Amino acid sequence: MTGLSESLWLALFLGVGFGFFLERAGLGSSVKLAAQFYLTDLAVFKVMFTAIVTALVGLAALSALGVVDLARIELPRTFVLPQLVGGLVFGVGFVVGGYCPGTGCVGMVSGRLDAMVVVAGMLAGSFVFAEAYPLLATFYQATPLGPVTLPELVGIPGWAGTLAVVALAGGGFALAERIERRHVLPSPGCQEAP
Amino acid sequence: MSIPRPYWNPYAAGAGLGLVLVAAFVLVGHGIGVSGAAASVVAATADAVAPAHARANPYLAAYVGDGTRSPLHDWLVIEVAGVLLGGLVSATLARRVRAGVERGPRAAVRTRLGYAFVGGAVMGFGTRLARGCTSGLALSGGALLSVGAWVFMLAIFAAGYAVAPLVRRQWT
Repeated sequence: MTGLSESLWLALFLGVGFGFFLERAGLGSSVKLAAQFYLTDLAVFKVMFTAIVTALVGLAALSALGVVDLARIELPRTFVLPQLVGGLVFGVGFVVGGYCPGTGCVGMVSGRLDAMVVVAGMLAGSFVFAEAYPLLATFYQATPLGPVTLPELVGIPGWAGTLAVVALAGGGFALAERIERRHVLPSPGCQEAP
Repeated sequence: MSIPRPYWNPYAAGAGLGLVLVAAFVLVGHGIGVSGAAASVVAATADAVAPAHARANPYLAAYVGDGTRSPLHDWLVIEVAGVLLGGLVSATLARRVRAGVERGPRAAVRTRLGYAFVGGAVMGFGTRLARGCTSGLALSGGALLSVGAWVFMLAIFAAGYAVAPLVRRQWT
């Protein structure tokens, strides 16, 4: 491990950038986030997939230039069933509460009381999971695939997987623009209430 | 009262987020998470309130460690402090800091806050089961083409669209 203090400064710096761009996109607003699920404002999809494509292409370019060794980047470990069920549970909470953890932080510092309550709920939910962990441990460890990527799973080269995701995102963006044009968009400004 | 500035184009803001992710991958070798910091806060609180209980729980014990260092002394916790700061800077510059409860035009404040707590709790549980949230798993892992990240992300959208009609009154 390198010097901890240097690493912690990087943590702060990277976090600031992440929070800044989330807020710039308008994702500190629960009404805007929820609109993704009523197909009236697809900013969540557009922001998320632009970020994914930018990072994918950026990493591929830096790797080709020899600036970064992709093998040294920590890949999340896959546990198919817990991550499938965890995603379903998360999705329900997201549309009911209106924020995900990162956007909840940004909503909170934008003064949104509903975001503060979502974050409080998130802490409570994490505590409940920890308390229930002895019962859930078997399922939590079920269906492990290790740190595997989609191209590896399907058996295609990494660059082909990157191209496929870029093409998928491009098609998704075109579709998102068409869906949004069907609606007369309300002003996406902040909705305030006493 | 000052008028909030318009949001950025979503593609521009998304590209900014993507560049922050690239910087994280290159400089520290992993992505940007959020929900793991919540687990650290829970573990630190449990350790302060009921240390014996926290150390007897295998999930919390992993965060508490040998007790020589607080679970809050953690990369992810500092990073989330940065997320809060970055959000505050952006919202302040754009004049978007407003106290209030965001909700659809037909939703009552108390109902909205009740839903916010329950939704947050359900979501928090989901993050622990999946080992991450939309930031650290779906976005950061998604950009590395991790299988689990894409499973998680597609499940979120599937459940979100399935449940959205039931809570329409909160939002539209």
